[in-house]
Amino acid sequence: MLEDIFKVVTKRFNDGDKEEYKPPMFKCPRCSQTSPLIRYEELHRVCPQCNYHGRLSAAERLAITVDKDSFREMYKDMKGTDPLEFPDYKEKQSELSDSIGINDAVVVGTATIKGTPVMLGIMDSRYMMGSMGSVVGEKITRAFEYATEKGLPVIMFTASGGARMQEGIVSLMQMAKTSGAVQLHSEAGGLYISVMTDPTTGGVTASFASLGDIIIAEPKVLIGFAGRRVIEGTIRQKLPEDFQLAEFMHEKGFVDMIVERRKLKSVLSHLLKLHGFYPQSASEKEV
Amino acid sequence: MGDKRTAWERLQIIHAKGRPTVKEYIPMIFTDFYEMHGDRLYGDDKAIIGGIGRLNGRPVTIIGEVKGRDINENKACNFAMPHPEGYRKALRLARQAEKFHRPIICFIDTPGAFCGVAAEERGQGEAIAKNIAEFTTLRTPIVSIVLGEGGSGGALALGVCDELAMLENAEYSVLSPRGFASILWKDASREQEASEIMRITAEDMVRFGVAEKIIPEPLGGAHNDLDKISENIHEYLSQKIPEKCKKDIDVLLKERYTKFRKIGAFIE
Ligand SMILES: [Zn+2]
Repeated sequence: MLEDIFKVVTKRFNDGDKEEYKPPMFKCPRCSQTSPLIRYEELHRVCPQCNYHGRLSAAERLAITVDKDSFREMYKDMKGTDPLEFPDYKEKQSELSDSIGINDAVVVGTATIKGTPVMLGIMDSRYMMGSMGSVVGEKITRAFEYATEKGLPVIMFTASGGARMQEGIVSLMQMAKTSGAVQLHSEAGGLYISVMTDPTTGGVTASFASLGDIIIAEPKVLIGFAGRRVIEGTIRQKLPEDFQLAEFMHEKGFVDMIVERRKLKSVLSHLLKLHGFYPQSASEKEV
Repeated sequence: MGDKRTAWERLQIIHAKGRPTVKEYIPMIFTDFYEMHGDRLYGDDKAIIGGIGRLNGRPVTIIGEVKGRDINENKACNFAMPHPEGYRKALRLARQAEKFHRPIICFIDTPGAFCGVAAEERGQGEAIAKNIAEFTTLRTPIVSIVLGEGGSGGALALGVCDELAMLENAEYSVLSPRGFASILWKDASREQEASEIMRITAEDMVRFGVAEKIIPEPLGGAHNDLDKISENIHEYLSQKIPEKCKKDIDVLLKERYTKFRKIGAFIE
């Protein structure tokens, strides 16, 4: 009853404003302030109020990170199956592949960054929260193995809610598989730069994301092992706002540097050169 | 092992009062055990016990997750939920084992890594990741045994090994069935249903290539006969440790990498 009256009142109220144009707005999950969506998009999904770096699709990340037309995607056709015969999992996989146009939560391949060749991996949180199942595990493992063989540096953009629950123990084992491949790449002298983006949590934090020689994070992104709600349930109190943000992990010593999106490409390029990885043509000239 | 228990029935057995813990097994299986303490960085985590001892006279390094037998013991060992310093202690002792050419025996029995403020501040994710990565290339044999609960990354931090054995009723899972039900269905009370769907039993682990061996438990479960279950574990280790020690270390490392490398379900 009361609800009905309320609806009528809001309807009348809204009718009055009909003429006024309301641009679509972005409400920031960090500072809760709203900004025009167009402004947020112009900044490549950075909150103009608090500098929170929002989530990008793999394609959007690729576009602002590598040299134009340099990306060669690998293992593109790999698709997950259903090891536990988990209810509705297959349907969910094909539905997502159709709607967002990628087969699972990571895209890997080679590219150049300001001319320097790299092996690149970009996770996409739109696919089941970027969770790590068999496909994510296998692609990342192959990426590191390929890089070890070719002497390429690896750059991984992580974005994940953790393990892929629907794959159970098989998902957990991907932590061992990926970390093992990172370890072999490292022992062979390879450079690995991990770039933590929103969110980097659970089994991905507890495996390859935390194993970078250099760990970079974007401002205000969520980084942690356990979920915030799980911890609040354990300690029975609310956690401070900044808990598990990039700045918190930086202060605690688990992130080397926080780099803004607009500067990231040039920082990566500098770090690559500092480790002796130069643009292809230049290094060929030297030889 | 003839009777087919459901995953749920097995979970009741591993949570039964009086189920033996690593502290009871150590004196039954090894001699000359000396416990070592601390990660040399922060502190000593009682959720993980580590030390050196002898298996049939051969020096070995022993690392295990500690469950309590009563509330006081559980308070001390935090219900077998380690903090980062626990995993770092394990890694320190594992590296020492490599240095002194001792095989490593890990006992897994944990609901998972501790989820708390201090654990996050000290890098729970990094600590687990480091163990998983470094155990891959430790140049000494590693055999792990899941005694009861193999809870997620907290178990895997002691679970990268040349061979994994499961006690007959033990489970190994990506998350507790309760947590699984609450995340996936927003209803923790459906944990029994989750336990059956998740495939967490010893047989499941062998089928997925996660475990190589099932160690039989006495009738009704390990708590019914500590002598017998200790004898079964001892018998397994007495055969497995010399076998792994005889192998060329480079071959062993290649096999260890491949053991995990081949797990996955995909098509292309
Ligand atoms: Zn904001």
